[in-house]
Amino acid sequence: MSSIGTGYDLSASQFSPDGRVFQIDYASKAVEKSGTVIALRGKDGVVLAVEKIVTSKLYEDDAATRVFTVDKNIGIAIAGLHADGRYIVDIARQEAQNYRSQWNANLDFEKGDRTIPLKILVERVSAYIHAYTLYSAVRPFGVTVIIASWNQEDGPQLYKIEPSGTYFGYLACASGKAKQQAKTEMEKLKLGDMTTEEIVKNAGKIIYQVHDELKDKDFRLELSIVGKETNGLYQMNPEKWLNMASEAGQAAKMDDDSDNDI
Amino acid sequence: MQGYNDGMSRPFWSNGPSPGQFYNFTGGDRSASQGFGPQNNFGAQRSSQPITTGTSVVGIKFDGGVMIAADALVSYGSVARFQDVKRVFKVNDQAILGTGGDFADFQSIQRSINDKMIDDICHDDTISLKPKSLYNWLTRILNNRRNKFEPLWLDMVVGGIENGEPFLGHVDLRGRSYEDDIIATGFGKHLALPIIREQIVEGRPFTQEEATNLIKKSMEVLFYRDCRALSRYYVAVCTAAGANVSEVQKVNQNWEVATVVRGYS
Repeated sequence: MSSIGTGYDLSASQFSPDGRVFQIDYASKAVEKSGTVIALRGKDGVVLAVEKIVTSKLYEDDAATRVFTVDKNIGIAIAGLHADGRYIVDIARQEAQNYRSQWNANLDFEKGDRTIPLKILVERVSAYIHAYTLYSAVRPFGVTVIIASWNQEDGPQLYKIEPSGTYFGYLACASGKAKQQAKTEMEKLKLGDMTTEEIVKNAGKIIYQVHDELKDKDFRLELSIVGKETNGLYQMNPEKWLNMASEAGQAAKMDDDSDNDI
Repeated sequence: MQGYNDGMSRPFWSNGPSPGQFYNFTGGDRSASQGFGPQNNFGAQRSSQPITTGTSVVGIKFDGGVMIAADALVSYGSVARFQDVKRVFKVNDQAILGTGGDFADFQSIQRSINDKMIDDICHDDTISLKPKSLYNWLTRILNNRRNKFEPLWLDMVVGGIENGEPFLGHVDLRGRSYEDDIIATGFGKHLALPIIREQIVEGRPFTQEEATNLIKKSMEVLFYRDCRALSRYYVAVCTAAGANVSEVQKVNQNWEVATVVRGYS
């Protein structure tokens, strides 16, 4: 670590002479320790999948969940510090609500209700995260935020925001421990024209494949989808899709293991 | 979650950037209340009358459900200004709501209700707003506003199914509230209630058909006798199977008698 002892890593408001803000690098380190999170965008839907590492058998099954609902058709998955992530989710919910109160003229909750366009939500949340990389009194957020939505007009949408506040739109993205491995798997896929069933199965496969049994014993698959198949509603751990993903994942894992034996 | 639009909760903490403010570079954080409103030393003008109003709402419990009806009119004073407005709403599959009084006040409440529904979805526990909770929440909001001498000028009927039982309750602009098997607001109190009460059969609730006919009769009488009523109305029905708002219904009109009324022609 070139930063240690130089004094340039103590504040988020100061550059190092070679042009880095070390506090942001450290925040990214916090993300790299997290269980893997991936997202795949298909033809008419997006799937978010999380490798939730179970650090103790004493936790309840639904403890420390890492997928969240922001609005009817918008969901977030987080990698990194859990508490930071939850706070960002709350910010996103407020932004979604703020957009509603300013721009949603149609008060019918079921018909014609307009949620915040994902592009705008991501702009706002990323601006917020970025603001925490500018001042000495605060630390950056130790999270990467993956945001997904679907609607009739814009189709499937997927964005990822880094601790620095930078964001990009993706066909597929990954964050956390096995980010590189997951990306390699994703590059093999024909993204963009896959059906919801295909992206769900592939998401399950990737999470099971990248899970490191030796370092982390147990994990739970968390999965959420939004798309045409869910009538434009964001759903967390829907039984049908969750089972489909974990079955595909377990099958892929079995295949891999038997390959290794030979 | 912070920032409910219910006028009661305050932010958990502050001093950080907040939604809608952080990226509003112009105008700073000057709030609209500066120079106007109750904070001003020179006194304040408070709203003391409704402007755009709806008239009566009628609600009836029946065997296995509840229905609420209101005509399609929102008046501007005595002008029949907006003639196709739904004043009855489906909140969700277990709650319906009918509203009279100031329609703008209702729309602001409706935004808050929608926000509450989103919060329920975000909690991810499959629990959503129930009629009794909605009813109780409305009493708190309305009473809190009347305590600030700034009432939300509303006369509302809340209905729905909770624990398999039909629920029907009334809340008004002061936050006064009561539950009953039959509820009417405004002119409906004088005109519709007696008609409906006459048809009560001791020992059993109305059937859905009876309730539908009573609503029809009530809306008819109200149209004839209430100058702020309209011949078209909507009915919201909630049963264990779910809730929905009807297509527009028409009152049976008969003006043959008018020609014998002195001064008519």
